Amino acid sequence: MALLDVQELQTYFHTEYGLVKAADKVTFHVNEGEIIGLVGESGCGKSVSILSVMRLIPSPPGETVGGKVIFEGKDLLKYQPNGREMRAIRGSKLTMIFQEPMTSLNPVLTVSRQLTETLELHLDMDKRAARERAIELLRMVGVPDAPRRIDDYPHQFSGGMRQRVMIAMALSCNPAIIFADEPTTAVDVTTQAQLLELMKDLVTRLNTSLVIVTHNLGVVARYAERIYVMYAGRIIESGRSEDIFGHPRHPYTVGLLNSVPRLGERHGTRKLIPIYGLPPNLINMPQTCAFLPRCTEKIGKCEKEPWPELRAVGDDHYISCYVDIKGK
Amino acid sequence: MDESQNDMIVQVKNLKMYFPITRGLLRRKVADIKAVDDISFEIKRNETMGLVGESGCGKTTTGRCVLRLYEPTSGSIIFTGHDISKMPERKIQRYRKDMGAIWQDPFGSLNPRQSAGGIVGDPLKVHHMADKSELKDKVAELFRIVGLDPDMMDRVPHEFSGGQRQRIGVARALACSPSLIICDEPISALDVSIQAQIINLLEELQEKLGLTYLFIAHDLAVVQHISDRVAVMYLGRIMEITDSWELYENPLHPYTKALLSAIPIPDPVAEKTRTRIVLKGEVPSPVAPPPGCHFHPRCQMAIPECSQARPPLRDVGNGHYVACIRV
Repeated sequence: MALLDVQELQTYFHTEYGLVKAADKVTFHVNEGEIIGLVGESGCGKSVSILSVMRLIPSPPGETVGGKVIFEGKDLLKYQPNGREMRAIRGSKLTMIFQEPMTSLNPVLTVSRQLTETLELHLDMDKRAARERAIELLRMVGVPDAPRRIDDYPHQFSGGMRQRVMIAMALSCNPAIIFADEPTTAVDVTTQAQLLELMKDLVTRLNTSLVIVTHNLGVVARYAERIYVMYAGRIIESGRSEDIFGHPRHPYTVGLLNSVPRLGERHGTRKLIPIYGLPPNLINMPQTCAFLPRCTEKIGKCEKEPWPELRAVGDDHYISCYVDIKGK
Repeated sequence: MDESQNDMIVQVKNLKMYFPITRGLLRRKVADIKAVDDISFEIKRNETMGLVGESGCGKTTTGRCVLRLYEPTSGSIIFTGHDISKMPERKIQRYRKDMGAIWQDPFGSLNPRQSAGGIVGDPLKVHHMADKSELKDKVAELFRIVGLDPDMMDRVPHEFSGGQRQRIGVARALACSPSLIICDEPISALDVSIQAQIINLLEELQEKLGLTYLFIAHDLAVVQHISDRVAVMYLGRIMEITDSWELYENPLHPYTKALLSAIPIPDPVAEKTRTRIVLKGEVPSPVAPPPGCHFHPRCQMAIPECSQARPPLRDVGNGHYVACIRV
């Protein structure tokens, strides 16, 4: 059985312009010790989905109106977002790494204070034990001179080092799943490589599951075993990494892969094939497939029928599309 | 001037751009940030020169020097045969007309209170290239060239999407029919599915109008796709310049190799067979860069000599230049 099973999750936002279905019937699961990728462009609902799982959606305006989030046999959506049960899980068994380490660390508290807080709270450690464990964690994530640096403030660390501190915080209570929301978007490419390799090593060693949320297809290709592709609040394709990248079946995934330049293409040999048009406005969307206005493969049925449910097109490979293209 | 020099749009020679750090009441200079530290390169007519490197490597500063938005500390910038590096502001105007610029942030680089048509038309007014009666037609033509509907001329920037806003930026850059356009991270603020639209637009315009680009970006895959030649910068210096395909096929500088291996490829099968060179440590501060080769503290191939003297950018054949004594 899956460690985390998210079924038909629906999170809506009530805005002054209308209803935004930020996550609509999002279904995914995470197995023990597995790395998965949640991919999509900005505004597709990938962050909202994991924030819903963590019960961190601000309400109002947001509201998780339907679905199930089964973790260790219990439905997290039955708990109060700030109730005792949820607080015991959040930050301990389910943890997060955010995109921007400068704004997600508290600038007026030392790193030591921020690291030991979770340890004292969740693992009931005393101050000394917590500090020792915190130093050990910083060593583990490769912060040099950890016993001294632990008393520094976040601004004294570089961007890459701050993200290492975030990773240490996420790991501190031996979590079951770490959700990393665009963990390397704010850092340079060589630092990105350092951080990704570090995270992969750590989660493999500690048998922790990792959910990487990103807009960068390349980032997940190397690490994720399974991929979920999102568009306009829905998962539109899911499957094993090799299938998604090697034999994509949804027109959007195909389009996305064709539109990015790849390293090692001789200059002038391949023209990029862009996806024409714009991502949809999520306010008061029509019933039909949200990708329809940009789709090059559409058939008559697409215009008449509602957005299709996910259907299997291969071993553990699902798409939400009426058309059956064989990919590239 | 011989034929080959006529073909050069820009020749940058020994360019240095230092920014002083001042302290105290008297603003005494205590140190320099060596943003660009003695670099030379050339851009031929109708080619795309890529400038790639990580944040803080000096690529944007280089672009701004070529536009003469900064007055360089030393060195020369020869634009279509004229040294503009020390030219007084009023004389520069007529050369600047021949340069365009596209900036990274399509939100910050357009005046939010000006209409899109006004933004695109301004350069024409400044350089007296259109009188009132033709202005509107010229702007409409520019809108069409970049794929925008001329009917949208009276709208203000926030009414456009990110990709459309970047098209306005491109139209403004094209307004005075420049021969050179500096593109500073033109696509990194855009959504993935929109990036390709802008890259293709730039490529089509180059073909149609015979443009020359200096394409500055941190994403090597994008730079390699669009550029004829690529210069790799690290901490204010050029580490390697070569043909963009050669850079991928036969990278020589250890930093280039590390940079290439760090770029993720959206192909799990290819990724499984790649070895990744993970660099140790972080980029040092440009205030106190390491002696000798700037890259040596993080370099796997470093020997004691690397910290002694700055390695010159030397020709290893076929227009491939590399600044490393271990190659």
